[in-house]
Amino acid sequence: MSFIYKDLLGLQYLDKKDLETILDSVKPFKTLFTRSVKKAPTLVGKTVVTLFYEPSTRTRTSFEIAAKRLSADVVNLSVNASSVVKGESLIDTGKTLAAMNADYIIIRHSMTGAPEILARALDVSIINAGDGFHEHPTQGLLDLYTIHEKKGRVEGLNVLLVGDILHSRVAKSNIWALTKMGANVAVAGPPTLIPSNIQKLGVKVFYNLDEAIKTADVINILRIQLERQQENLFPSVHEYVELYQLTKTRLAKAKSDVLLMHPGPMNRGIEISSDAADSSNAAINEQVTNGIAVRMAVLFLLKPNRSKNEN
Amino acid sequence: MSKILLDSAELNKAVKQMAKEIHKSVKDYKNLAIVGIHSNGVFIAKKILQELKTVTGFDIPFGTLDITLYRDDIDNLSSGEREIKDTEIPFDLEISKKNIILVDDVLYTGRTIRAALDFLMSFGRPQSIKLAVFVDRGGRELPIEPNFTGIKFHAGKKIKVECSQKDGEGRVVILD
Repeated sequence: MSFIYKDLLGLQYLDKKDLETILDSVKPFKTLFTRSVKKAPTLVGKTVVTLFYEPSTRTRTSFEIAAKRLSADVVNLSVNASSVVKGESLIDTGKTLAAMNADYIIIRHSMTGAPEILARALDVSIINAGDGFHEHPTQGLLDLYTIHEKKGRVEGLNVLLVGDILHSRVAKSNIWALTKMGANVAVAGPPTLIPSNIQKLGVKVFYNLDEAIKTADVINILRIQLERQQENLFPSVHEYVELYQLTKTRLAKAKSDVLLMHPGPMNRGIEISSDAADSSNAAINEQVTNGIAVRMAVLFLLKPNRSKNEN
Repeated sequence: MSKILLDSAELNKAVKQMAKEIHKSVKDYKNLAIVGIHSNGVFIAKKILQELKTVTGFDIPFGTLDITLYRDDIDNLSSGEREIKDTEIPFDLEISKKNIILVDDVLYTGRTIRAALDFLMSFGRPQSIKLAVFVDRGGRELPIEPNFTGIKFHAGKKIKVECSQKDGEGRVVILD
């Protein structure tokens, strides 16, 4: 095992071995959840800051629980209350947090590359919790872990990502991780929501969901970002529902043991029907549980540059 | 260069002697449980378990601990040391008032045992915990002493128990 990173910026920058190291490290944290004491003193005395420039409840909460189960102290900064409003630059905010002796900063930002800017400027460990349309590495890792846990392998599986690939950082992190692990990745959605050069990442493109679904071992449904509907990327929600909603009827055309995932929050009745979301194929709640264990593993594996005078 | 201190047969003999001492001290096997610390403590613990089973016929509950998450030097762990093995405590230690024999291969600074005690306590409140170590190397940094010892080796040199979990063969070597 040789995982020596200060930061987790994206799965694009990791190789297959790194991904396997992370996968192998998750289980001890997950078994912790089954005990009456769900906590270990691993990061006692360390400070974890969540710095969210975009609203998020579930990712931030997941990171917070992960850090707390490792006994770290957690401080949550959200954009409304922070100094961004007062015009402070990203690097200055980061330096301020570093001066307060933060050990880990978990950042979500609407701009691609924001976590990397912080990572270069600071000794603090930076974890990307979503940047622009770029990556959401811990979501990619938890999807990878859930697939591996449920299917026993990743290599050779047909994984289908459905919906808004263009705006989805979850999709990008999934594609990087899954292709590196040897899965056959396909995407399906309206042409306006699929990047024109996506094949370069080794991905197959479908515009017809019913066609794409047949051979899939795993279907990962992405959230339709209704807030982007003003951009007129598809004619109407109704049409999207007709063509791309994952329904129980469509599910019947897939393999009987197909694994159904969704990163949440779900728009029931839009990208996924209620009966499909609640079907026995769905692992959506397990994804949430796995998310905490995966984030604990990441916090445990990363090494902040703690003191320069070591050794 | 490394020198062999105990070969496989000598190791087994010393473990047998340890098991005898443990057996003498046990008043009631009903509440006894054995817990080995990963990796080589589990190896020694399994041997002790086998000896006690043979002598008493009791099916003694057995658990394993990986203390990585409880270490006090987390900042300085090498990436290899970050590999975590399975922790399994498949018995209740509080309600059944377990008397636990905690087993490790080498006792040196005492820090591993400190971590193991904290970890064990997170599973509940056992009636008692006793410590059995195969090699006592001296060099303690914490006030922790074993109740049962296989061999004492205070020559200030690094010592290692090498073992194969598969065939149960083990030996003790001195590292220079």
